[in-house]
Amino acid sequence: MRDVAIIGVGMTKWGELWEKSLRTIFTETALLAIEDAGVDKIDSMVVGCMSSGLFVGQEHLASLLADDLGRTPVPAARVESACSSGGLALRQGFIEVASGMSDVVLVGGVEKMTDVTGCEATYALGTAADQEYEGYHGLTFPGLYAMMAVAHMHRYGTTREQLAMVAVKNHDNGSRNPLAQFPFKITVDGVLNSVLVADPLRILDCSPITDGAAAVVLVPADMARKLKKPVVRIAGSGQATDTIALASRKDLTWLESTYIAAGKALAMAGRKIDEIDLFEVHDCFTIAEIMVTEALGLVEKGRGGKAVEEGLTARDGRFPVNPSGGLKAKGHPVGATGVAQTVEIVKQLRGQAGDRQIKGAKRGLAQNMGGTGGSSVVHVFEAE
Amino acid sequence: MPTPSRYWREIPQRYRMEAGKCKACGFVVFPPRAVCPACGAREFVTVRLADGGKLLTYTIIRVPPQPFEDQAPYAVGIAELDDGVKLTAQVVDCDFADLKVGLRVRLEFRKLSEEGAAGVIYYGYKFVPE
Amino acid sequence: MAGIIGYGAYIPRNRIRVEEIAKVWGADAPSFKKGLMLEEKSVPSPDQDTITMAVEGSKRALKRAGIDPREIGAVYIGSESHPYAVKPSGTILAEAIGATPAVHTADLEFACKAGTEGMFVALNLVRAGAVKYALAVGADTSQGAPGDALEYSAAAGAAAFLFGKERLVAEILETYSYTTDMPDFWRREYQYYPQHGGRFTGEPAYFAHVTGSARGIMSKAGMKPADFRYVVFHQPNGKFPLRVGEMLGFTRKQIEPGWLVSKLGNTYSGSSPLGLTATLDIAAAGDMILLVSYGSGAGSDSFIIRVTERIDEVRDLAPRTRTLLDTNKVYLEYGVYAKYRRKIRKAE
Repeated sequence: MRDVAIIGVGMTKWGELWEKSLRTIFTETALLAIEDAGVDKIDSMVVGCMSSGLFVGQEHLASLLADDLGRTPVPAARVESACSSGGLALRQGFIEVASGMSDVVLVGGVEKMTDVTGCEATYALGTAADQEYEGYHGLTFPGLYAMMAVAHMHRYGTTREQLAMVAVKNHDNGSRNPLAQFPFKITVDGVLNSVLVADPLRILDCSPITDGAAAVVLVPADMARKLKKPVVRIAGSGQATDTIALASRKDLTWLESTYIAAGKALAMAGRKIDEIDLFEVHDCFTIAEIMVTEALGLVEKGRGGKAVEEGLTARDGRFPVNPSGGLKAKGHPVGATGVAQTVEIVKQLRGQAGDRQIKGAKRGLAQNMGGTGGSSVVHVFEAE
Repeated sequence: MPTPSRYWREIPQRYRMEAGKCKACGFVVFPPRAVCPACGAREFVTVRLADGGKLLTYTIIRVPPQPFEDQAPYAVGIAELDDGVKLTAQVVDCDFADLKVGLRVRLEFRKLSEEGAAGVIYYGYKFVPE
Repeated sequence: MAGIIGYGAYIPRNRIRVEEIAKVWGADAPSFKKGLMLEEKSVPSPDQDTITMAVEGSKRALKRAGIDPREIGAVYIGSESHPYAVKPSGTILAEAIGATPAVHTADLEFACKAGTEGMFVALNLVRAGAVKYALAVGADTSQGAPGDALEYSAAAGAAAFLFGKERLVAEILETYSYTTDMPDFWRREYQYYPQHGGRFTGEPAYFAHVTGSARGIMSKAGMKPADFRYVVFHQPNGKFPLRVGEMLGFTRKQIEPGWLVSKLGNTYSGSSPLGLTATLDIAAAGDMILLVSYGSGAGSDSFIIRVTERIDEVRDLAPRTRTLLDTNKVYLEYGVYAKYRRKIRKAE
């Protein structure tokens, strides 16, 4: 397997982009990444998108986007694993370059979510759950994560305030990200007084509905060195699945798929978790970030809430989590998220993260998750 | 919303709680499936789930998905039934203030939703406090 | 001898008081309460309907009967609020209780006596030896037009009876039906609410048919009111069953155990059947019960029932009717009631 490097990244402002269609959003983002990479040819495209079919009635997406980008006949594939579609796209691109199959691979993620009503979007997102045994009963994603929160709070004493602190931290980081959907700070009181979505989760515990895309260009590390580009390697990649239905999990308070995927990615990279300088994780809901920090081994099981309260995961903490603002402040165009996490880490490892910069960052980890943890994709990145 | 055939196919589970018990290791799967997730074996007998159990967790859905727009707010929960199987369903006939981890519940046949005024009516199971 | 081998009742938890309805329509609550002898009625939750209540009532009947549902050869469900106009309620009920596929099913309707109609058919199939066991359910979630007198009484409930020839809880000794054509209460296809003939629904309709049926069966059996421990009449309001009982020569004491209406409302096809389940709940071996239903249109089915010793073994295998009626109640305001009963026009 060859070493793989990321030499180009692209991302535009995320939000409710009324004037832009899915293809427009993707293409303008992809062009930025290609320009940043400084490459002419592209050997292959991988696109992550959860549900262009339900949101805009469009399937056959990879070909559409290859066409819109003016790159036909490039081979293009769309991959899907609910909210980890972006991370999965990166993994597929990584495998293509590492195996020697392709040299230059464009990896992109995109989601256009605002062409449907809120309830229709809730339904579309709900297709990441078990349709017949969760969706059929009226479950939603906030509802599923709320049940994980209730179980976590009951077993470990995690508090409502600790959940709020995750959102406050991520907004604090996101206020420094000009591309974020919500680049402003919030307060714990603000979270606690926001409207209930699924008890105890309130609207400010939940990542938003967002339009957006992100893209990166992968090449063999040797090519990057020859092109005299800053070399940020994908040092490790791991993926794992778990039961689709929350009720089938052995432990409602533990993200086993993240634990396994992270173990694999770190093993491939030959690194331990405490050697990582920054983390971009899947805070689709505040409770998710707390549980992810436990599954990654940043804290002991059950102590995720206490840890955020103690500042362990703040920008200046021992383990900075979500310096980009996370899904909460940056936004969560589902298929794009995993790629955007990569964009942030690459910028950080290049020293190009502006006033979000984690000083001396050499290694980063991205954790992207689908559904209630039915799939997790973890990548470890290292700057040379 | 399920199509009529998708709804009909799950009737033994939705109306009669029919599950599969692995002949090799005794693990019960609901709904039934081809491969035992515990031991990988492929032979099952049909069993019915227990009538009741206790809530492991719950929430109140205030922002519903489209087919449930009319029903919010409603409570949902995961209960561990008396036979050890964990099940997800709405919790009804219960004041929100009375919801708690450990609440004893039993299963009752109720309407889940319907396809508008002219479409199919979807029936199934919900939890009610014991 | 054929008879009842199991019985079960289902009443939703919600209630609405007469005062609450009267307040909205500017009516005089005390006079309604006095005139109709009604205090409150049951209200189904939006996720309950004739079928859901029938399923739960039938499961309770199965618990008391202790039989394998696959041996049920016929399932009848009588209602005037079947959820579908075309597509049987009975098939959903039969699937849910596990009686399918070797079973005969039909949906019945005859205003408020669709329940006893099912009982008449089920009993006779068993008597004839055509099936081993048969299930009959009377269930309704009927609507009263907003502001109409019927709104105070139209309620929801279900009663289920399993019939067989062995391990009887109660023998059915005699049946009799009295039927004439009578436009006292009706609902046309595509109309949401029924209409009725006001005072015409009293003497020539309810009273004529109930007395006709009761006198008919007592004559056929050579019995008189004093021979019965209990009597259950159809209960459209509190007054009618007491008055017809008096007319026929029954005492209050005979009527009381099965007189649920003042706290339940009129459960239409479930009305006299629920009165019977409540009576069975407190009856003793050897007690004779007369059941007389009434359905507008019009007709009345009568049954002479003798309770066996087995009642003591089965009555507490499932909740008693009075427990369902008197405990765990949730009182609704009119707005919530109207929302639950879909009386509020929403966007398409």
